Amino acid sequence: MRYTPHTEAERQAMLKAIGVERIEDLFADIPAQVRFPSLDLPEGMSELEAQRLFAALAAENATVATHPCFLGAGAYYHFTPALLTHLLFRGEFYTAYTPYQPEISQGTLQVIFEFQTLVCQLTGMDVANASMYDGSTALAEAALMAVRLTRSRRTRLLISEAVHPEYRDVVATYSQGMDIELVPIPFDRRNGTTDVEAVRAALNEHTAALIVQYPNFFGQIEPLGQLGELIHGVGGHFVVSADPVALGLLKPPGDFGADIVTAEGQSLGIPLMYGGPYVGLFATRMKHVRQMPGRVAGQTVDIEGRRGFVLTLQAREQHIRREKATSNICTNEALIATAVTIYLSAVGRHGLRQVANLCYHKAHYLAQRLTALDGYELAFEGPFVREFAVRTPVPPAELNRYLWETHGIIGGYDLERAYPELKNHWLLTATEMNARADIDRLVEAVAGYPGSPAPSR
Amino acid sequence: MNVPADLFYTEEHEWVRLEGEVAVVGITDYAQHELGDVVYVELPQVGDHVTQSEPFGVVESVKAASDLFAPVSGEVIEINAALEDAPELVNNDPYGQGWMIKVRPSNWEAERANLLDAEAYRRLIEQE
Repeated sequence: MRYTPHTEAERQAMLKAIGVERIEDLFADIPAQVRFPSLDLPEGMSELEAQRLFAALAAENATVATHPCFLGAGAYYHFTPALLTHLLFRGEFYTAYTPYQPEISQGTLQVIFEFQTLVCQLTGMDVANASMYDGSTALAEAALMAVRLTRSRRTRLLISEAVHPEYRDVVATYSQGMDIELVPIPFDRRNGTTDVEAVRAALNEHTAALIVQYPNFFGQIEPLGQLGELIHGVGGHFVVSADPVALGLLKPPGDFGADIVTAEGQSLGIPLMYGGPYVGLFATRMKHVRQMPGRVAGQTVDIEGRRGFVLTLQAREQHIRREKATSNICTNEALIATAVTIYLSAVGRHGLRQVANLCYHKAHYLAQRLTALDGYELAFEGPFVREFAVRTPVPPAELNRYLWETHGIIGGYDLERAYPELKNHWLLTATEMNARADIDRLVEAVAGYPGSPAPSR
Repeated sequence: MNVPADLFYTEEHEWVRLEGEVAVVGITDYAQHELGDVVYVELPQVGDHVTQSEPFGVVESVKAASDLFAPVSGEVIEINAALEDAPELVNNDPYGQGWMIKVRPSNWEAERANLLDAEAYRRLIEQE
């Protein structure tokens, strides 16, 4: 493309036309003391100096690469195959922009189409979009979509308290100022899943949807069959936020009649990266597709009958419908979605199942060894995949500090932080990245915690 | 451009035909021509109330998505289900099989004064 900058003469003519002397005059509304701050930047560095500076800074970080990690709670340390990085960093993938012009973007559009296909296969649904920002905003968009599907006649959303607390915050943020009522549903203290009786009691003809997570924040597996029946029984929609690695083992939400399925794609080979960028997966039934937010790539044929791909159903989107669009989103997480597509293509169905199996067995090994210690018990009954909660004899915050300072181990999540009634409850994760030796080290470290109560035998 | 003499029209290019107690509504030949190939029509539900000059649905073509404005106020008593699978009926037969909704008008006598007759509508589209 050509770059055609303005000439000085053109700039002067434009300024004259709007009646100012200089460009600086356009900023007159900004208070003088902050209008043109002096930046006081240091002198530029040579490449060698810059390399040394960043290497020194990086060396100050402690990462999951060098410290065993048992923390999950929404972001998980999983394996990133070298194949993924190698392909993703190819210029054709890495620098490709939004495929607004299909005639020069067939590669990008095909990747998006394959991504959407994989999301549908994973979740058991009919159609997926080109991705959302992350799992939390994907769930928030699903909540709004569920209300729109009732033509905004129903405005109550039941949301399980076993859904990730930060996801619930994001749903609340997205629905504020709208005529939407968020109704929290408590979880059963015995099995850590959504209280089915509480759902039954809360349902009425104004309920647009029931929102649950699978597995939920505590790692427990929700009874999707029962829950789906309840919400459909009143004519509402079933919205499920799922974990893609767990779906390597579990029956997908689509098979339980979910209407909208969302997920955080980070577990599919994406490094933790201090919180992002991640990628939101979003899938629904074909009959709801016109209310689905986000970009969609579609398959079609050109005038010679050859297969091609385009962005489609754009009349749902911002740039066409403005305030009547299905969402304000006008983008997707293309690079991370491409990474997820590469990951799933590389590991395949069997590989993903293998990852899920490894997580399952390591998490259960960890649970078994830890609960053999005095004072440590599983907090909830019922199956889990990769994450579980234990009741601890000492505060998890103290355990975590001790594990980090004495052993360089990153401990689990202190559930009291989000659930005041769950004092001394510790949420732990084990993935394929937790070697057996590391799990043993954690258990021995916990057993040797100086603040432990004296053994009862 | 086909502008049937026995219909009433809005400035937004909808038509309405009174059949006894029922008002049949659609978009004009001029409108379908301007829109291009119609791919989807979003209609209200039977039982919904529509208000003259207010949007009651959306017609989506390959190049635009436009609101549909009600030519009369009243209760929607029927919608054209054929448009779900065959939206092209709007292009091929805008005054016949491409009809969109049937309304029981709540205030026909007063509201008809706000509509254009065929002559006035023809003048309108000739100016555009």
